[in-house]
Amino acid sequence: MSLKNDIGKSTDAKLVRRQILRSQLRDRFFAVGGLLVMAVACLVLLALLLQLAYDGIGRVSWQFVSSYPSRFASQAGILSAWIGTILVMILTAATAIPLGIGAAIYLEEYASKNWMTDVIEINIANLAGVPSIVYGLMALGLLVYEFHLGHSFLTAGLTLAMLILPMVIIATREALRAIPPQIREAAYAVGATKWQTVRDHVVPYSMGGILTGMILALSRAVGETAPLITVGALSFIAFLPRSPLTSEFPFISLQWLFDPFTVMPIQMFNWVSRPQDEFHVNAAAAGVILLAMTLAMNGLAIAIRARFRKRIHW
Amino acid sequence: MTAQVYVTPTLKAEAKELSFFYGGTAQALRSISLALPDRHATALIGPSGCGKTTFLRCLNRMHDLYPGNRYAGSVVLYPDGINIVDQTIDPIEIRMRVGMVFQKPNPFPTTIYENVAYGLRIRGSITRSDLKAVVEQSLKDAALWPEVKDRLHSLAFNLSGGQQQRLCIARALATGPEMLLFDEPTSALDPTATARIEELVTELKQRITIVIVTHNMQQAARVSDYTAFMYEGELVECDRTEKIFTNPSNKLTEEYVTGRFG
Repeated sequence: MSLKNDIGKSTDAKLVRRQILRSQLRDRFFAVGGLLVMAVACLVLLALLLQLAYDGIGRVSWQFVSSYPSRFASQAGILSAWIGTILVMILTAATAIPLGIGAAIYLEEYASKNWMTDVIEINIANLAGVPSIVYGLMALGLLVYEFHLGHSFLTAGLTLAMLILPMVIIATREALRAIPPQIREAAYAVGATKWQTVRDHVVPYSMGGILTGMILALSRAVGETAPLITVGALSFIAFLPRSPLTSEFPFISLQWLFDPFTVMPIQMFNWVSRPQDEFHVNAAAAGVILLAMTLAMNGLAIAIRARFRKRIHW
Repeated sequence: MTAQVYVTPTLKAEAKELSFFYGGTAQALRSISLALPDRHATALIGPSGCGKTTFLRCLNRMHDLYPGNRYAGSVVLYPDGINIVDQTIDPIEIRMRVGMVFQKPNPFPTTIYENVAYGLRIRGSITRSDLKAVVEQSLKDAALWPEVKDRLHSLAFNLSGGQQQRLCIARALATGPEMLLFDEPTSALDPTATARIEELVTELKQRITIVIVTHNMQQAARVSDYTAFMYEGELVECDRTEKIFTNPSNKLTEEYVTGRFG
């Protein structure tokens, strides 16, 4: 009795070599294609950066960084804008990160899996895709008109926090889900409670992925303009918010939360929409500094992530 | 409840008509009654899918981690006579008394020291020097101390597979369990590492009740005092290991241990 297929028959070496050659050609074709695509993406980015730097780098100076806006382009600066960006980002991060991580932990570890959690999951994914201007409108109605928080730092921080909250939740859930069940079982088997398992194992081991999500989310928030214009950002602020430190007891003041705000992208938007070329140069210079600020923020997050990864190794 | 408990001093635990249902419907164990003698090793053998791992995971309520699972019947844990699968008893309490070693070594991705110390840390209130002493003793009991004593603070993942499994045994021993469950502990290990684990089980059973699930019948014969043969969710036969392997009472058992199926 002979087998129907060719098991055990000696192979035709020429045929095999031809097949390999064809596969390798396809392989090389994809590698070249991929390289081209990557080069296009990088070149576009590089061109943008160079253009921005070419236009703006000459205007970047200590005077520019330490001056308030002015109606004279040569005297105008970004002091209130960069301080505003930093303060708004601190508020956004302080709100969105704990809320988002908490919600993700609840959804992933505690919530029972039923149609309710499915509905919530789908809606969070949808929320991540809602245009930012819609968040601006919601914030205007809810925070400004309903809660009377004013056109303030607090409103701006909370608006951007709402905007990035779905991204934070999704990124955190993905990171938590990547922890193998064997690790959880190992913790439970020595008598850990659910909270101990989450706090001591699941969250620390997924910190790398969680922080990557935070970097992406905060990078998105730092460049947002539309929702902040909607909630009433001012583009001409010639003063700084009230100091968080005071000379009198209790030495800490939260008054600044209710001061009017501006941020870098809004200052840039304002300058770009003016007719004079000098203001366009200012906008480019502010763009260079905003990029540097974003890079610094991401650098900080990457440094924190590296610290976490050093202690834990798969 | 207490009236039904009959005290046999030589038993550590006893399953009484234990049934188990996955996801509420699929019945995986059918009315298992099995006695686990104190300070002896009991091996669970049987073909894949016969329910031996399912039975083992009832003994530390591991099934409670996944929704919809249901127990019926009881598993009495001596000497106090509590029912392990009673839903009013916190599974955490059971897992604090009954340790487990898994099929694949699953150390935490932290240091060797932290792996062993974790079970005690979550129990709280232990001084640093006491903790250090317990970690050292547990690693010695798991026959790992000479290999790791100079690198307690290096990562557990740098250890070989066999060393990782012994680390997991040390982690389970550190909390002083009354009973230790092994779920095919050597199926991912080479023969040398397997021999060391078997040696360890033989030593540990002088002090702790051991239940070991294995696919390897030679392993069951080597390490266990009692062997239970399971088939399709039922307990076919349980007896002294020599008897199961030389003169089983059941035809099915005989066919399985002589390798005619499985």
